[in-house]
Amino acid sequence: MKDTLGVTRPIITLDNVEKYYGDYYALRGITAEINQGEFFSLLGPSGCGKTTLLRTIAGFEEPSSGRVTIDGKDMAGVPANVRPTNMVFQSYAIFPHLTVAQNVGFGLRREPLTRKEKERKVVEALEMVGLKGFGARAAHALSGGQRQRVALARALILEPKVLLLDEPLSALDKKMREQMQMELRRLQRQVGITFILVTHDQEEALIMSDRIAVMFEGQIAQLDTPQVLYRRPVSRQVGEFIGVMNFLPAKATVGPDTHIEVEAAGLGRAVIGADQLPGGWHPGQTQSVGIRPETMSILFEGETTDRRVATGIVEDRAYYGDMTYYEVRLDGVEKPMTISMKNLVGRPVLERGSQARVAWDARSLVLFA
Amino acid sequence: MKRPLRVYAILYLAFLYAPIALLPLFAFNDGTVIAFPLRGFTWEWFRQLAEIPALHAAVLNSLTIALSSAALATCLGILAARAATRFAFPGKKGIMGLIMLPLVLPEIIVAVSLLVVLLQLGLSLGAWTVILGHVLICTPFSIAILNSAFQSLDLSLEEAAIDLGETRWSSFRLITLPLVMPGIISSLLISFTISLDEFIIAFFLTGTEPTLPVYLWGQLRFPQKIPVVMALGTILVVASVILLTIAEYFRRRGAARTGQADTGGFL
Repeated sequence: MKDTLGVTRPIITLDNVEKYYGDYYALRGITAEINQGEFFSLLGPSGCGKTTLLRTIAGFEEPSSGRVTIDGKDMAGVPANVRPTNMVFQSYAIFPHLTVAQNVGFGLRREPLTRKEKERKVVEALEMVGLKGFGARAAHALSGGQRQRVALARALILEPKVLLLDEPLSALDKKMREQMQMELRRLQRQVGITFILVTHDQEEALIMSDRIAVMFEGQIAQLDTPQVLYRRPVSRQVGEFIGVMNFLPAKATVGPDTHIEVEAAGLGRAVIGADQLPGGWHPGQTQSVGIRPETMSILFEGETTDRRVATGIVEDRAYYGDMTYYEVRLDGVEKPMTISMKNLVGRPVLERGSQARVAWDARSLVLFA
Repeated sequence: MKRPLRVYAILYLAFLYAPIALLPLFAFNDGTVIAFPLRGFTWEWFRQLAEIPALHAAVLNSLTIALSSAALATCLGILAARAATRFAFPGKKGIMGLIMLPLVLPEIIVAVSLLVVLLQLGLSLGAWTVILGHVLICTPFSIAILNSAFQSLDLSLEEAAIDLGETRWSSFRLITLPLVMPGIISSLLISFTISLDEFIIAFFLTGTEPTLPVYLWGQLRFPQKIPVVMALGTILVVASVILLTIAEYFRRRGAARTGQADTGGFL
């Protein structure tokens, strides 16, 4: 959300937040700003510290050093029950001895409202998450998806400044998960509250987030929009974690006309832009180049292209219905690379061992140190 | 194969429970000698129960001790079970093991050592020393029951309540306590029953005011009073069965409430 001057305002500021247990670092040097009204994700493998960071924001963990600021207030020593955040727990933590309405209205207990007002709020909250008329049901008799919705309504009823979601979709089956992804996104736009989602599912993060912080071993490896993260990962680790990325040995040099030239195994020489280089790059460094499966295409018989073409052999293929994923070993390269092709009408599926011509584009290369 | 096993099972149960069945039989028998054939039906022995002041004092004494022991043991049980299920601390296994030890320690050893310590300290025996001993033997049962009640709780339930604005204490009171309440009631009832029936520790530590079992034992020296003892025993058996049934009912209700499968439980 932008203020009158059109400047995005951070709702949460993390300033060099660290958390260690003995000599084990769960969080190191976390510095980030999370903007008012955005859908922000913490993405990383299990044990990367994303849940610890979320719990630090919620107030369930105290940072060992550094500062957490929410809405301009330093949160040091402020316990979870008075922070302007609410949380949807991974297990949903639905109170099993209460009804749905009692669960949803639990946070209103201390609010200075009449019983009528509280009841109205509960009804509204249930309506918002699509559980109209479920108020009188026993909470322990709900399905997984319904529990999730109750947890959401319960957390949102207090109109927190920030809603924290700890892997809220991981317990749902695939269909339900996809549906809830869209619904969560819609809900977030509707209420305009900042959502912070913890997830290990890169696809989920890409679909739902305005911005994503990718975390490894307690550190933020990259923080950016889904598109930048996908197209310009800052490291091989990030590139590998988000989607599929092929890596080829490469060397970049500065050409005579100050263009940057890269020589990649199997692909040949190409001129690339400065934005495709890693930070702190210097000429001559041993490097690798990353390229996404869908930025390349296999040329079928009779097809021509004005793009660059490399040749190789189909080592394996996986047919997905809408797509076919080929493992193609380029001439002069040991490791096969993945190329995805849409199964358009009239397009054949190549057999193992076929010769393949691969069209590629220098703009889709990303260089890694 | 099947048949001998069934016979064995029946004999086993008969051996366990037949003597108890004899209690009511002779409690209603119109004769002072405990022997067959039976002489006819009478309420006489139950009527006599109502006329013995020393017995009434013993009952009152036992009830006081059983209520206090049950309350104290359950409080300690709640604290220990919560600590054991929620927190990791150094020496946890050893500490829990030591607390559970009285379950398997011969009671006579507990009783004698307690007596020695109390006398060495120069303390006088009374109801409170029996309570002390009974808390010691009831607490392991209480912890065993409450551990399973606390274990089935999702740890994030209390955090969720705190997140929604409650304090640590109020979230314990509003969420955890109601959810483990069936376990607490079950622990209270079982501790009460154990304390009410317990003989050895009470015998050693009771001083001049006997508990009910100690009083009963004293009466066995007078053959003419045995039918009265039988009547009292009958009442005790019935009361114990009722209490334990209620305890088991609450334990099962607790399991159903948190939506877990019944694993057979403690009883």
